[in-house]
Amino acid sequence: MYKILKKKTLAENIIMFEVKAPMVAKSAKPGQFVIVRIDEKGERVPLTICDFDKQLGTVTIVFQVVGASTIKMSKLNEGEFLLDFAGPLGNPSEFVNLNNEELRQKRFLFVAGGVGTAPVYPQVKYLREKGIDCDVVIGARNKELVILKDEIEKLGCRVYICTDDGSLGFKGRVTDFMKKLFDESNRYDDVVAIGPMIMMKFVCLLTKEYSIKTTVSLNSIMVDGTGMCGACRVTVGGQTKFTCTDGPEFDGHLVDFDEAINRQNMFKDEEVRRLHHSRECSCF
Amino acid sequence: MQRVPVRELNAMERIKNFDEVCLGYSVEEAIKEASRCLNCKNANCVKRCPVGIDIPKFIDNIKKGEFKEAADVIFRYNNLPAICGRVCPQEIQCEGGCVLKNKGQAVAIGKLERFIGDYVLENNLDVVERRPTNGKKVAVVGSGPAGLSCASTLANLGYQVTVFEALHEAGGVLVYGIPEFRLPKDKIVKREIENLIKLGVQIKTNVIVGRTVTINQLMDEMGYDAIFIGTGAGLPKFMGIKGENANGVFSANEFLTRVNLMRAFIDEYDTPLKIGKKVAVVGGGNVAMDAARTAVRLGAEVHIIYRRTEEEMPARLEEVHHAKEEGIIFDVLTNPVEILKDDKGWVKGMVLRKMELRDAVETGRRTPVEIEGSDYIEEFDTVIMAIGTVPNPIITYTTSEIKINNRKCIIVEEETGKTTMEGVYAGGDAVTGAATVILAMEAGKKAAYAIDKYCHIGER
Ligand SMILES: Cc1cc2nc3c(=O)[nH]c(=O)nc-3n(C[C@H](O)[C@H](O)[C@H](O)COP(=O)(O)OP(=O)(O)OC[C@H]3O[C@@H](n4cnc5c(N)ncnc54)[C@H](O)[C@@H]3O)c2cc1C
Ligand SMILES: Cc1cc2nc3c(=O)[nH]c(=O)nc-3n(C[C@H](O)[C@H](O)[C@H](O)COP(=O)(O)OP(=O)(O)OC[C@H]3O[C@@H](n4cnc5c(N)ncnc54)[C@H](O)[C@@H]3O)c2cc1C
Ligand code: SF4
Ligand code: SF4
Ligand code: FES
Repeated sequence: MYKILKKKTLAENIIMFEVKAPMVAKSAKPGQFVIVRIDEKGERVPLTICDFDKQLGTVTIVFQVVGASTIKMSKLNEGEFLLDFAGPLGNPSEFVNLNNEELRQKRFLFVAGGVGTAPVYPQVKYLREKGIDCDVVIGARNKELVILKDEIEKLGCRVYICTDDGSLGFKGRVTDFMKKLFDESNRYDDVVAIGPMIMMKFVCLLTKEYSIKTTVSLNSIMVDGTGMCGACRVTVGGQTKFTCTDGPEFDGHLVDFDEAINRQNMFKDEEVRRLHHSRECSCF
Repeated sequence: MQRVPVRELNAMERIKNFDEVCLGYSVEEAIKEASRCLNCKNANCVKRCPVGIDIPKFIDNIKKGEFKEAADVIFRYNNLPAICGRVCPQEIQCEGGCVLKNKGQAVAIGKLERFIGDYVLENNLDVVERRPTNGKKVAVVGSGPAGLSCASTLANLGYQVTVFEALHEAGGVLVYGIPEFRLPKDKIVKREIENLIKLGVQIKTNVIVGRTVTINQLMDEMGYDAIFIGTGAGLPKFMGIKGENANGVFSANEFLTRVNLMRAFIDEYDTPLKIGKKVAVVGGGNVAMDAARTAVRLGAEVHIIYRRTEEEMPARLEEVHHAKEEGIIFDVLTNPVEILKDDKGWVKGMVLRKMELRDAVETGRRTPVEIEGSDYIEEFDTVIMAIGTVPNPIITYTTSEIKINNRKCIIVEEETGKTTMEGVYAGGDAVTGAATVILAMEAGKKAAYAIDKYCHIGER
């Protein structure tokens, strides 16, 4: 049993939990995820690690309420427990393997869509702690749905906001804004895009035009998260990969997004209990 | 005298539920069947049992109604008779060696072993002797049959044992792979695991060794004196054909895990499951039979697609027989060459190619060869791939000291299970590639004795 120490609503239907899980906290690195099961009848829900504190033994997760499991999870309160909390799973972000010298050579642009801002946070934090410059673009439907803006700004990097309705920052999609950044002769060596599949797809189409290496974090459907079921398989560079053990981060220019989007919708009509029709936002 | 038939659920009834198909022997039936055994000297059945159970001896005990004594005999060789009696491929092992095997009249050794296993569980018998605790700690990674048998052997030898399991439930393939109708979970597997806990073994679920904690950390930071790795061969293979990532194509592991471990077939459980009206299962092993028989129970028309003939099928005979009774259609000498998708990315059928068997010149074994121009299309809603698995790489990715061979299997010293890393042992499918429950258990037990020796070097 894993205790929820803190619960906070970040935006409508986006909730943060700080969970006591010392073993996970101790080994966690940016880019990795956990699998959570709420109760005996629950499914195994993969969620990216948003923050961790090795001293306190806590792991922070941020989730969007989209269907049966996340609705159930949203009803849990501080002091209550999650039945299972397994991780960290997946490979850490590639840049974790680079030394400071190598990192300093690079300029990173992070592009976060909706709840995808949560997994971007630990990556930016990791780089900023090493004094590496990064810019962050956050996209959301409107002002109310922008999360973690202050937290990321506090890390000391440039944060640009894009909203569909222009209620905050740039009015338009993240890709429109990125184009502007690139055309204003901002040089980036690495783009990291995390958000809805469809956003990642369009970011990759754009960065391909500009020949900028782009990493995406895929949120394929999963069961075990340990390489045992193959539910999470994606085609990357013409080869089948398992998101949980080979990813979750991949070279976005090699990912077959159309297939990945299809596969993500595999159980859509089976999820009869879900209330919301779709978790896609239109921030791309 | 004829072999005493074992009672089974009627095929047309049982495909409506997940209840255990084989009901096992009653006391009278067991005694009657046991009395058929000739109590051979130098018995051939024993030679064909991978763990060499003294079969004539325990059967003789059953004949005399000495069930506790029969259990004492079996447990000297095998800690999990209720499980092995159910899932061992007896016809090619013990029963395949029985002198009465002609005309299918071999003594029902497996059913008798199961009878004793169930007797022990039902009566809560304490069968094994225990040594006093010795204060040493051993970590067991993976809770499949290899891990379970290593843990129980070590606990009985006086070790403080912790089992680390990646999933939320212990049991390995016994809980996520082999279906309820062949191996009941609450009645058998959970009880065996509870017995392990009674021996003082700690089971820590949700720990992925190599990720949550590494082998080196277990040794250096957490103070384990030795480690056993029994992580199985869980990584499913795919064929690499066109369309294989279409929606509706599952590995057998995914399909079986959703049903067995996650109970997706029961409405109150949250894990979704999708199965069409017409299902193809590709493969001819136990895994394929289990997937097919599970799909039948979910209401589908099921075809087994296998590239050789029924004779070559690696599945247990009993399971092939059960599958046929349950109405599963066998399309043999057939191999998929492409999976066809509709415009929404869902499976709509397969291109299948007919095969023929030819004698391979070098090996003498008959191999399947494609018949040119024999392609045809058949419609399916779901395709389940059951064409084998390879060992999971998480531990060996993160622990370079543990060497693997080109089949991704952990390299060990045959007799002891010792890996290339000091103090670390391994066994079961992680070492052999996908094999059997009894071999995994034997490897776990062997390693336990080797670990016992290793931990006492210099003390005796
Ligand atoms: C590696 C990884 C990291 C993730 N990190 C986060 C995170 O940090 N925060 C977060 O909110 N979500 C994250 N997700 C997605 C999250 O797992 C799903 O939103 C969740 O499983 C939905 O469960 P549900 O029962 O509430 O909804 P369901 O009823 O299962 O589904 C509702 C809708 O979501 C879609 N869906 C189902 N499963 C997934 C999935 N795995 N990914 C995407 N869409 C899905 C369905 O098609 C359906 O349209 C991550 C997924 C992966 C694989
Ligand atoms: C569907 C199916 C049907 C079968 N039917 C039969 C049969 O009828 N008869 C028969 O004899 N055999 C059968 N087998 C084969 C048999 O089940 C296996 O040979 C046996 O289970 C292997 O045991 P094991 O302990 O080596 O591994 P497993 O049973 O695979 O257990 C390994 C365990 O280790 C865990 N694990 C993996 N990696 C890690 C990690 N890094 N950290 C922590 N834990 C980890 C896994 O989650 C799993 O629980 C069948 C197999 C399948 C899949
Ligand atoms: S363990 Fe398996 S092979 Fe050995 S006697 Fe029992 S059923 Fe037969
Ligand atoms: S070979 Fe058959 S008859 Fe002989 S001891 Fe074994 S089981 Fe009994
Ligand atoms: S989630 Fe099962 S293999 Fe990736």
